[in-house]
Amino acid sequence: MTGHAVPRALHPGAWWLWALGLATAASRTNNLLLLALLVVVAGYVVAARRTRAPWARAFRASLILGAVVIVVRVGFEIIFSTDPGPTVLVDLPEIPLPDWAAGVSIGGPVTLQGLLGALRDGAQIAAMIACVGAANALANPSRLLKCVPGALYEVGVSVVVALTLAPQAVEDVQRLRRARRMRGRTDRGFVGFASVALPSLEGALQRSLQLAASMDARGYGRRAQIPDRARRITSALVLGGLMGMVLGLYGLLDAGSPDALGLPLVFVGGILAALGFRLAGRRSVRTRYRPDPWKSPEWITVVAGAVPAVVLVLARVADEAGIVVPVSPITWPVLPLLPVAAIIVGLLPTWATPPQEGPEETVIASARTRSPVSAVYGQAQLPDPSEVPL
Amino acid sequence: MIHFESVTITYSESSAPTLRSIDLHVPEGELCLVVGRTGSGKSTLLRAVNGHVPHFTGGTLAGRVTVAGRDTSTHRPRDLADVVGVVGQDPLAGFVTDVVEDELAYGMESLGLAPSVMRKRVEETLDLLGLADLRSRPLRTLSGGERQRVAIGSVLTTHPSVLVLDEPTSALDPGAAEDVLAALQRLVHDLGLTVLLAEHRLERVVQYADRMVRLTGDGGLVSGDPETILATSPVAPPVVELGRLAGWSPLPLSVRDARRQAGPLRARLELVAVPPSAVPTPDPATPGTATPGPATPAATRAELRGVTIRYGSKTILADVDLALFAGEVVAVMGRNGAGKSTLLGSIVGLRRPDSGTVRVGGQDPQGMPPHELLARAGLVPQEASDLLLAETVDGECAASDEDAHASPGTTRRLLDDFAPGIQGGAHPHDLSEGQRLSLALAVVLAAAPALLLLDEPTRGLDYPTKRCLVQVLRASAAAGTAVVLATHDVELVAEVADRVVVIADGEIVADGPTVDVVISSPAFAPQVAKILAPQAWLTVAAVAAALPEAG
Repeated sequence: MTGHAVPRALHPGAWWLWALGLATAASRTNNLLLLALLVVVAGYVVAARRTRAPWARAFRASLILGAVVIVVRVGFEIIFSTDPGPTVLVDLPEIPLPDWAAGVSIGGPVTLQGLLGALRDGAQIAAMIACVGAANALANPSRLLKCVPGALYEVGVSVVVALTLAPQAVEDVQRLRRARRMRGRTDRGFVGFASVALPSLEGALQRSLQLAASMDARGYGRRAQIPDRARRITSALVLGGLMGMVLGLYGLLDAGSPDALGLPLVFVGGILAALGFRLAGRRSVRTRYRPDPWKSPEWITVVAGAVPAVVLVLARVADEAGIVVPVSPITWPVLPLLPVAAIIVGLLPTWATPPQEGPEETVIASARTRSPVSAVYGQAQLPDPSEVPL
Repeated sequence: MIHFESVTITYSESSAPTLRSIDLHVPEGELCLVVGRTGSGKSTLLRAVNGHVPHFTGGTLAGRVTVAGRDTSTHRPRDLADVVGVVGQDPLAGFVTDVVEDELAYGMESLGLAPSVMRKRVEETLDLLGLADLRSRPLRTLSGGERQRVAIGSVLTTHPSVLVLDEPTSALDPGAAEDVLAALQRLVHDLGLTVLLAEHRLERVVQYADRMVRLTGDGGLVSGDPETILATSPVAPPVVELGRLAGWSPLPLSVRDARRQAGPLRARLELVAVPPSAVPTPDPATPGTATPGPATPAATRAELRGVTIRYGSKTILADVDLALFAGEVVAVMGRNGAGKSTLLGSIVGLRRPDSGTVRVGGQDPQGMPPHELLARAGLVPQEASDLLLAETVDGECAASDEDAHASPGTTRRLLDDFAPGIQGGAHPHDLSEGQRLSLALAVVLAAAPALLLLDEPTRGLDYPTKRCLVQVLRASAAAGTAVVLATHDVELVAEVADRVVVIADGEIVADGPTVDVVISSPAFAPQVAKILAPQAWLTVAAVAAALPEAG
């Protein structure tokens, strides 16, 4: 589609909806071929549309995490073999356990059926992690937080602040440990770490105060004057709406309740709460600088995620062949045509979205100095190494 | 624009008021410079302008502070956000977002300006401060000067009529500081902004000031023309001190003004054949004890051969050769991010070189256990407080004696030499910047290291504390210690250094006696050298010592 040639960032919400759609699809099947296809689709879109921003490497991290999940799941199966399938591969010596641990066994026969089942379970979780990782890699986290409704703005800001302070705290610890070495003390091991924990906490606290002062001086927390009556109405709407939703959900889940207590109440409650949030948002005078637009590429992306989700959910309900593969007898998984086609629809964003435009590539410290925080969040906002003070 | 009417500010934990019955009026469109010793209430004065004191800090404010007609007692800082812009000492600590463009827009978003207005103002501000190329850069990857300009830009977008800056250039190299000050001057001249600015480095800013406010330290202040205030001020930049020495009137504030009056002085100094400042001496009574290292067979304290250090794909140090000798003071200069800190870090083994060798006292500092390193090399890091680990000053001194295997009381004795009268029960965090540096310095010197390294020691130090530091460093050098300081402070270098090493992009581009290296450099020459060029004088003290000779 050449119509979207102008590079711009896609709305982060669209990426998340797309990724959650794929993840939903992954949660409905244990067919290894379908799961692999889902990961490949997510990976292809990431490769085509990610930026060079630090968080864009989150996808690889999520693949590694997924692999760990599979290994752990299969490992557990070998140790606590639970599936008494017919095809025994190895018979490990069993460790007798006391009576109170009845039902749990360590060791014993390891069966092909058990391993295969564990592999499928693990692969399902790994595929879902990969889908979420794809969203992480594609959507700018700070822009996503900008999309929160006005009433929840303060919550959004605290998350942003936490995300920026975490790498700084890691940096603090590194700096202080080096300073400990200059005092002739050890900078290694638990003692080395413990001696810097308190000072680095102090530093973080001090920085938070400075940041709070700066935000205050720049108009954070300004409020529009709202008449008391309007404020009371807002609170009533939010509270009433949320209570309605809770009651409605109860009605939905409890088979014995009258029908009127179910869906309709959830619906009405949802509308009331949304209205309340909207009104509450008016108290905040904030405006947004260059908000991400929501146009046709966003819609296409969301649909591309929704199609696999809906098709696999329906196929699961209809118990179509190849969606849930039985453990025994062991068969080669089949590729059901319709779900495969639906998953391939997930590739649409590759062509339907404009090229992404992100922050320029930053100098990232080598793997050795990469902080654990950055590995987890994919938020490697490390400073230019030459600027790091001793 | 800014009115202080008999303002007294008292913090709850202190007995005496920090500011006492202050009356001050700063008219619109003036650049007002606030000076005074550390702890004299500069920050309090600045922070009172936007209501940060007392709304945020606590304490009591008697009297009235009004800005653009708004009383700070009824307006909180957030209600003054559209008239006062505040830029703190450490811009990074005040950034709320992560990208330049968003940071510029943040204040406007808080005020609820229309998106079209925001878009236009962001573009204007990017141009005004020369930030257009940086618009999508993450804030943490910017250099010090760029950060400071972004911080200024981020408060300018709300179109305030008053700009308040606390030591905007103290962490910057001379070039970056000029950029920031040039931007400020443009704001004052073109946009009629009122600027209130606190700065220790008078030599950088005094020429731009329309008015000067000196806090006397007892809670009072003196305000007036810079010339009038400086004529009697105990703190003055070298250009003013030279002017006083030579009896120039009107007192020059800039190098240019001084040069135009310096003809007769140059002629008088012409009669002294060789400027004695080849070895700069802060005190003419005791001529320099150290001579430039390489010329004499002094003991080598540390040696770097072909040291290269990389971070990822970026080379921080490239093939550096350097030898440090006993009894010399070496200044390492260069832009922010040129590799100065990394160089010092590699000497004490904080950073393993990717290639090349480092030897400290003949050994590799990498493998050395920390307590052995202590006696060979001591480093005072940029954040001196990093070095401190105890809850009280006394505890710190005791821990330091123990670490250094020194006799009890050694650290305290050293501390009293540098900064007498520090309460033993005080928490290191509550000390002033200068006191904290003194404590860190005492801790390092307690181990009597053969090599003393200081990273940016004069950030936030006032002139008297700096003078004290110069004496301490010269005394250490005289006792045979090799002293290395990484610094942007050209005046400090002129006072104390025997040898200057200039680093650019990780390479040593100049290494030689101070006079030879700095005199011809536009960025690194001290004010006295610029005024008296082509003669090679570095300090006012040297000129003063030579004048009687010249008759």
